[in-house]
Amino acid sequence: RRKSKQSCLRRFAFLGKTEKSFGMFSSVEGAFDSKTIDFDNYAVGRKGSRTPRSGSRERLLDTGDPVEDARTGVEVRFSTEKESPDGKNERLLIKGGRVVNDDQSFYADVYIEDGLIKQVGENLVVPGGVKVIEANGRMVIPGGIDVNTCLMKPFLGTQPVDDFLQGTKAAIAGGTTMIIDHVTPQPEDSLLEAFERWQEAADKKACCDYSLHVDIPQWNESVKYELELLVQEKGVNSFQVYMAYKDVYQMTDSQLYEAFSFLKQLGAVVLVHAENGDLIAQEQRKILGMGITGPEGHPLSRPEELEAEAVFRAITLGNRVNCPVYITKVMSKSAADTITQARRKGSVVFGEPITASLATDGSHYWSKNWAKAAAYVTSPPLSPDPTTPDHLHTLLACGDLQVVGSSHCAYSTSQKAVGKDDFTLIPEGTNGVEERMSFVWDKAVAMGKMDENQFVAVTSTNAAKIFNLYPRKGRIAVGSDADIVIWDPDSVKTITAKLHKHNASEYNIFEGLECRGAPAMVLSQGRVVYEDGNLQTQQGTGRFIPRKPFPDYAYQRVKFRNQVKNKQGVTRGIYDGPVYDVIPTPKYITPAPSAKTSPTSHQPPPIRNLHQSNFSLSGAQIDDNVPRRSGHRIVAPPGGRSNITSLG
Amino acid sequence: MSYQGKKNIPKITSDRLLIKGGRIVNDDQSFHADIYMEDGLIKQIGDNLIVPGGVKTIEANGKMVIPGGIDIHTHFQMPYRGTTTVDDFNQGSKAALAGGTTMIVDHVIPEPGTSLMEAYDQWRQWADEKTCCDYSLHVDITHWNDSVKQEVDNLIKEKGVNSFHVYMAYKDYYQMSNSELYEVFTFLAERGGIAQVHAENGEIIAEEQARMLQMGITGPEGHVLSRPEELEAEAVFRAITIASQTNCPLYVTRVMSKSAADIISQARKKGNVVFGEPITASLGTDGTHYWSKNWAKAASFVTSPPLSPDPTTPDYLNTLLSSGDLSVTGSAHCTFSVAQKAIGKDDFTQIPEGVNGVEERMALIWDKAVTTGKMDENMFVAVTSTNAAKILNLYPRKGRIAVGSDADLVIWDTDSIRTITAKTHNSAAEYNVFEGMELRGAPLVVICQGKIVLEDGNLHATSGVGRFIPCSPFPDFAYKRVKARKQLAVLRAVPRGMYDGPVSEFSMSRGGTPSASARTSPTKQPVRNLHQSGFSLAGNPAPCGPPTPDDVPIRPAGRRIVVPPGGRSNITSLS
Repeated sequence: RRKSKQSCLRRFAFLGKTEKSFGMFSSVEGAFDSKTIDFDNYAVGRKGSRTPRSGSRERLLDTGDPVEDARTGVEVRFSTEKESPDGKNERLLIKGGRVVNDDQSFYADVYIEDGLIKQVGENLVVPGGVKVIEANGRMVIPGGIDVNTCLMKPFLGTQPVDDFLQGTKAAIAGGTTMIIDHVTPQPEDSLLEAFERWQEAADKKACCDYSLHVDIPQWNESVKYELELLVQEKGVNSFQVYMAYKDVYQMTDSQLYEAFSFLKQLGAVVLVHAENGDLIAQEQRKILGMGITGPEGHPLSRPEELEAEAVFRAITLGNRVNCPVYITKVMSKSAADTITQARRKGSVVFGEPITASLATDGSHYWSKNWAKAAAYVTSPPLSPDPTTPDHLHTLLACGDLQVVGSSHCAYSTSQKAVGKDDFTLIPEGTNGVEERMSFVWDKAVAMGKMDENQFVAVTSTNAAKIFNLYPRKGRIAVGSDADIVIWDPDSVKTITAKLHKHNASEYNIFEGLECRGAPAMVLSQGRVVYEDGNLQTQQGTGRFIPRKPFPDYAYQRVKFRNQVKNKQGVTRGIYDGPVYDVIPTPKYITPAPSAKTSPTSHQPPPIRNLHQSNFSLSGAQIDDNVPRRSGHRIVAPPGGRSNITSLG
Repeated sequence: MSYQGKKNIPKITSDRLLIKGGRIVNDDQSFHADIYMEDGLIKQIGDNLIVPGGVKTIEANGKMVIPGGIDIHTHFQMPYRGTTTVDDFNQGSKAALAGGTTMIVDHVIPEPGTSLMEAYDQWRQWADEKTCCDYSLHVDITHWNDSVKQEVDNLIKEKGVNSFHVYMAYKDYYQMSNSELYEVFTFLAERGGIAQVHAENGEIIAEEQARMLQMGITGPEGHVLSRPEELEAEAVFRAITIASQTNCPLYVTRVMSKSAADIISQARKKGNVVFGEPITASLGTDGTHYWSKNWAKAASFVTSPPLSPDPTTPDYLNTLLSSGDLSVTGSAHCTFSVAQKAIGKDDFTQIPEGVNGVEERMALIWDKAVTTGKMDENMFVAVTSTNAAKILNLYPRKGRIAVGSDADLVIWDTDSIRTITAKTHNSAAEYNVFEGMELRGAPLVVICQGKIVLEDGNLHATSGVGRFIPCSPFPDFAYKRVKARKQLAVLRAVPRGMYDGPVSEFSMSRGGTPSASARTSPTKQPVRNLHQSGFSLAGNPAPCGPPTPDDVPIRPAGRRIVVPPGGRSNITSLS
């Protein structure tokens, strides 16, 4: 530490002399005697005089009392050398930190102005009156992005206890500086109106930047129009569809196919709630019939097979339509394995485990305490298999799963008690926005499964890439938003509902779990909003971040495949042999219950009405450039022109 | 071939037969022994048998004697839009015998909306008139309601049918929803039936077909393009999930692709009770022919699920068959003439689906799996005959050479080489999908019901001698595990004290979605009728009551559970 101070002093002296500004990669005169170019330090994770973590690494593995040691080893001294008090926190310099992005880690200072990162590098030239934060070699990471929160999801007229204010406060306390919330319109509601309602509420209350996913509760023509508007004018590029919740949100495979096709044209990311709703409905009825009404009925009626099945089906649909698919809430090993296998076969699919599935398991559904058991109710349910969290962490570490969300949707016990006599009525949702990053650190990085760069990738960068926020969010680079977290890998805390004041629900599903790693300081929009356990958030400062369609991370491959995948018919001579004469049998044509879904619903194979030609009668989709009509015969010229080339 | 003692009239084959010097190959072992048959049954097996005089003796000369093949999947004389497939029960069963198959199991396909029982009777009539070998029937369930349920029950109990086929494809026609599949499987699991499934995702196929036609692809290649193997794999996965939920044995008909076979093999590894049936076509040829310039040839390959365009598929399926991951082989023999296929000459979705294969089935497996060293002769017997008999609950009457079994035997010549061609095959179809293929291995003598029907290359089949063999429910091969699991898989509620904390008020007014079909789900999330209590109605959920005017209290007013001082739980009190 003494050495690092010396080097700081040296650099200051140097700063005073020069007027040039240096970018991240410019070689700086005199930099070579600066301690920061010491290759020992450059090599992340190796022992360097500046990394207090490296000293404490062994301690992590020891069973000794890490709390005490961590305190001494990592004590944060924010020497806020305010040289001019009227800085208003608009200009900040983070000094002596180790910047950790998803691709590399390096020692650099970060200078922030007007909510943006202006400079990254050594020996920065900064104006006077800058508040300086001394990071003392600790990790400086991009603020977390929680891609799945439900802070306003209505349930039977009530709202979750954590609204945009409570929820974003909790997010910031956990090192998350941006959330993407789900707009959940009811069937029949206008998507646009719902979106505006959410946006209004969030603008008033959110303390950090936010963006919105829109859930599609049903599929019809008017939805299409609204989707187009949302993508093109409102800055929404991700929409969720449901394969569960029969008779409410659930879509049929045909509807999913159409929704996927349409969203692909718009360049949106399709989020899928993957569970087989038909089977769930059957199982729920069976379980209730057996007299099981408590929360244990929830996982019993939603076994993980049903999740895996739906994931498989969603991926198949995605492959057919050639559309990226994003699976929200990966809760079980088998669902995660299905995603892994599909990725191995080249499918463009992303998986999002959530805090709950990464940190706890479904054995609690059998708790004797009803309120505790009910607190764990979420869909898909937590897997009763206690090895699940470990498995999901492994897949997260190797990149088979990409993003960590929280699916934070906190209901109070009295709200959960709506379902006290029938588990199907229990409002679904768990907490997790605050604990998200700490658990990934504790269970993956501290266990040696994941390195710090991958940690940044799964908690922030990948999310930014998938939802087209990169590099504005998810990276510490010049020009990016100044959403930055100084991460303390050694802080140890025990999670309990009593202590955490940022969260309004009475139950915390991670109650009693010990967790290593926490933010020491959080900057949102260039302001310090969390420091030493104190929140300094301001209600309503969160901005809506619009997102453009066609994120490269998801769509680049899709675009290439589109070009490759052109299918062609075979040119062959016209068939002029005998044709069996078929009597049209109109009685075989079953009246389709819903005509809205498929253009082919009127041709029931294998017995079909031949007079009903596919391309003449099927309405607007089968367009008119296909020239063949019932009264229209193609004459084969003497040379034997093929009947297919003549169609163009 | 010689006659012991006094010569009988040679034309009428005797009821008494002796096979001497053969090597008997069952699915478990091979051994040298003589076989004596009388009245259509195997009476004695062993060396130096004491047999009555006047017995016709066949010298096997050390050749293999195997149980006659069972083709578990045929469509003979299948009605299709006012016509029928060109191979009727006579023609088809002749072809079967010529290939060494002595029993077929045909599919009864009732039109949606019509009676299963009537269709069953119709098929029985057709088959009894014409079949030359023993047969049994599967019944396809093409729609589902209570009367169908009743008919299925009767078919199982009285008519000797133990396997029922459901469709996940053919949208708006045969296709069933997941909920219906769940109900069918649940019902069959209770009654001891086998659920057979045509596994393809019909909804996506419908969308893809529309897309292909729109792109101007109307030839047979559109068939395979609109039915990619992923859709088969997806449906297989889904069917396995539903079967596992309902604890019902599942039988996947027509495994045509690597990925579908992989799914089955993975599921078996996880312990699911699932059987896969590759067919002659998927084991012998591939889907590259759909791109043939000859329309008639391309169309003759059209079947569903389609043959995979991946040329390594047959090899792969033969490997899984050898390893036991796939259990039985059928032929899905369903032949149409070129003129019939030409119904779809301008639109591939109209091409009648079906390929030949009943005659080539056994020789093809011998050639592709046994001569290549993938499979031994015992496994060959298992996949061509024994496993099918076990699934149909006909074992050991069929599928085994043992005393008391039916005298359906084949003397197999492992060295004969034949070239398959439509010119010489026994089917009436003009095209053979295996045209030009050289196959090693063929039946030398076929004995059906104790009579020689194939000898020296000559077929002596008699129309109408085939008997219907009734299958009984709960075949051990499939149901032993299922029964054991049923006893284990009893779910229990957690006994806990009653929740007596605050319950938040909520309104029922918002978002009351009028559900399209009320029959399906008791749980309408998130808006539910709270008066519909889960356990009081015991699995017979009432329709939603009238909406209450105001905010209702959570508990129905008239129904309070009193907590005794000791804190009795509300759930144990119900059980």
